[in-house]
Amino acid sequence: MPDLLSHLGLGFAVALSLQNLLLCFLGCLVGTLIGVLPGVGPIATIAMLLPITFGLDPVGALIMLAGIYYGAQYGGSTTAILVNIPGEATSVVTTLDGHQMARQGRAGIALGTAAIASFFAGTVATLLIAALGAPLTRLALIFGPAEYFALMVMGLAFAVVLAHGSVLKAVAMILVGILFACIGTDLETGEERMTFGLTFLTDGIDFSVLAMGLFGVAEILRNLDQTETRDIARARIGRLLPSLADLRQAMPATLRGTAIGASLGILPGNGAVLGPFAAYTVEKRIARDPGRFGRGAIEGVAGPESANNAGAQTAFIPLLTLGIPPNAVMALMVGAMTIHGIVPGPGVMTKNPNLFWGMIASMWIGNLMLLVINLPLVGIWVRLLKVPYRLMFPAILMFCSIGIYSISSLPTDVMLIAAFGVFGYALIKFGFEPAPLLLGFVLGKLMEEYLRRALTLSRGDAMVFLERPVSAVLFLVAFTILALALLPSLRRSRDEVFTEA
Amino acid sequence: MRTALAIGLLSALAAFGAAADTYPQRPITMVVPFAAGGPTDVVARIVAEPMSRALGQQVVIENVTGAGGTTGITRASQAAPDGYTVMMGHMGTHGAAPALFKGLKYDPAKSFDPIGLAAGTPIVIVAKKSLPAENLKSFIEALKSGGASINQAHAGVGSVSHSTGILFDSLVGAKPTLVVYRGTGPALNDLVAGQVDFMTDQIVNVAPQISGGTIKAYAIATPERSPSLPDVPTTKEAGLPEYEVSAWNAVFAPKGLPADVRAKLVAALDTALKDPSARKRILELGGTVPKEAEAGPDALQKLVESEVARWTPVLRSAAEATP
Repeated sequence: MPDLLSHLGLGFAVALSLQNLLLCFLGCLVGTLIGVLPGVGPIATIAMLLPITFGLDPVGALIMLAGIYYGAQYGGSTTAILVNIPGEATSVVTTLDGHQMARQGRAGIALGTAAIASFFAGTVATLLIAALGAPLTRLALIFGPAEYFALMVMGLAFAVVLAHGSVLKAVAMILVGILFACIGTDLETGEERMTFGLTFLTDGIDFSVLAMGLFGVAEILRNLDQTETRDIARARIGRLLPSLADLRQAMPATLRGTAIGASLGILPGNGAVLGPFAAYTVEKRIARDPGRFGRGAIEGVAGPESANNAGAQTAFIPLLTLGIPPNAVMALMVGAMTIHGIVPGPGVMTKNPNLFWGMIASMWIGNLMLLVINLPLVGIWVRLLKVPYRLMFPAILMFCSIGIYSISSLPTDVMLIAAFGVFGYALIKFGFEPAPLLLGFVLGKLMEEYLRRALTLSRGDAMVFLERPVSAVLFLVAFTILALALLPSLRRSRDEVFTEA
Repeated sequence: MRTALAIGLLSALAAFGAAADTYPQRPITMVVPFAAGGPTDVVARIVAEPMSRALGQQVVIENVTGAGGTTGITRASQAAPDGYTVMMGHMGTHGAAPALFKGLKYDPAKSFDPIGLAAGTPIVIVAKKSLPAENLKSFIEALKSGGASINQAHAGVGSVSHSTGILFDSLVGAKPTLVVYRGTGPALNDLVAGQVDFMTDQIVNVAPQISGGTIKAYAIATPERSPSLPDVPTTKEAGLPEYEVSAWNAVFAPKGLPADVRAKLVAALDTALKDPSARKRILELGGTVPKEAEAGPDALQKLVESEVARWTPVLRSAAEATP
């Protein structure tokens, strides 16, 4: 314990220097802004800003880049709530209830709840990294391919619960998502699958392309189609910040979301994407009245948002303690470190204590800054909803196109968003929900890899999933969830919800 | 407003007219065919900075990813040969690609004007800590007698760890089970956790884990030991001198550059590689800066030709062997 305090003392001494404070603020601000712009994600931004950081000292540079990353997680929920575009896989679930709240004139409350829940989660997760970073790493190494596969199966079981319509349609959407995930080059053989000889499909479909099409463009099409609803969304603005009663309602969800997000974020195999989905499922499962979910439940914002942010922080654990990046943004941070002459690896904590503890301290400061930046901004964002839609939608489309192009500089990606937009519009019209499709897509890719890897390592013996205890437990949870979802009594209540809506 | 526009147009025209004699007039795009933050990207960014200073114009990195780097190289090879588009190719895109990608739209030896080698990153043979073999010799023996019960990780078809791993297997005559990962990160994670037995990869990826003691290294595939890993023997010392391989990165331009433009680019790269801070950065990564005989366009052209000739038979026969 005194060790921890002296470490944190060192960290704060580093992070509170004027230069590092300014860099942290700059990172958070830039992160918030790019998070708000649909499409321009942290990956593209960090890549663009890398050369600028050449002149800075490494600690300051990394503090700023980290700020961009978690700042973007904050900002991303703003777009999800206001215009129904999830910037990243982790904000998909925020659209479900967050955007509904915005439509009901409670955008300010949704945004405020998201910011406060994120701050809380960020604080807890930072403390967790500081106190338990090193031992938790060892835990992460227990997860082999079989365990990850089981975890993904559990995630898909969650997806069924996510849907508030018919179970059958939800399952169909998940399967379509998995099919989309199969497009591209087979990892093992290098053969192309379902690309129809089209070069731009060689590497599969990018998540942002699919998300932006299915959510963003489809939402615009739907809004243009139904003049009424979007006028309602604009007419009533309501309170700007959540009331005490709102916060009290959101608090338990925030606590649970933080716990779920933080634990999944530690897993190096991109487990963090599951956090918000898992948190949402838990909230919906234990709610006295699950019917409210998908129609503007505040817990449906607080839970996933806190999980999202907690996961974003704990994802630094495998990077800082093992030197192994759990996702694409962290891989970029590794690049940033190597450019600055710091080799990320198991030695960072002892060899560069300034960097390690400075970054951890800056994360908490950054979260505080984000709260300070974001709460006053809520008013401005909400006022954005008053902008006439005929001006709004071309701007959204433009930002989406620029953002998508900036990811891999492929014009075909921009055309793909349009195609997925039309597809998404058709889905809405036929009463299919895009969220399970997106989850199926995200998990499908990982699942296939882990399944094949686990079976390669076990030389084709499928019993490996039941012989390894962690994997067996995860499978058990998955089947329990599914069985509950498929129980006739539950299904009846589900149908009631559906017809009500 | 209208005058401003007219002036703008005129100056643009003037700039266009002057472009031929005083290259470069505007920023130069360097296409990096891999994601930002990866080893090739890091080398490109380290070199681009001093190159920009030498040329008096910004060298902007554009990451065009996909298909083992061939998407970006294909696109860059089709750009106008005016010196405003160059690319950072590497061992995969300009050596292994013809054997791996059917219908490749460029020929590494014929579709480009080589500018010069930028950096080499040596390959290291690494294994999980708990593997009993203490040195490369006993490891190779264990590998041969273990057969398919040994697991070898690689980061996907077309990746450096894949090509160099297959070369290693064919040289020692072993047939381990290949376990594929999407990228080096997850592969290393499973190597640290002991889920897989060994892999071959670039020093920049594995050096921190080796010095951190989470994995062990049997040999480095260069003629000399690396200052970043002074305790790791070379393949020559360890008894496998044929395995000498490095994931090199080199600058290319589309075929047909005007001679003066080409000379300027070659000179700029040369200046960049003499820049002390760029050199220091490359060496810190465990990379190597090209020696006198390896630098320049002619040496690069020879390297590309010999690399294509080296990788094609190895990778083709490995592909035929897999069912």
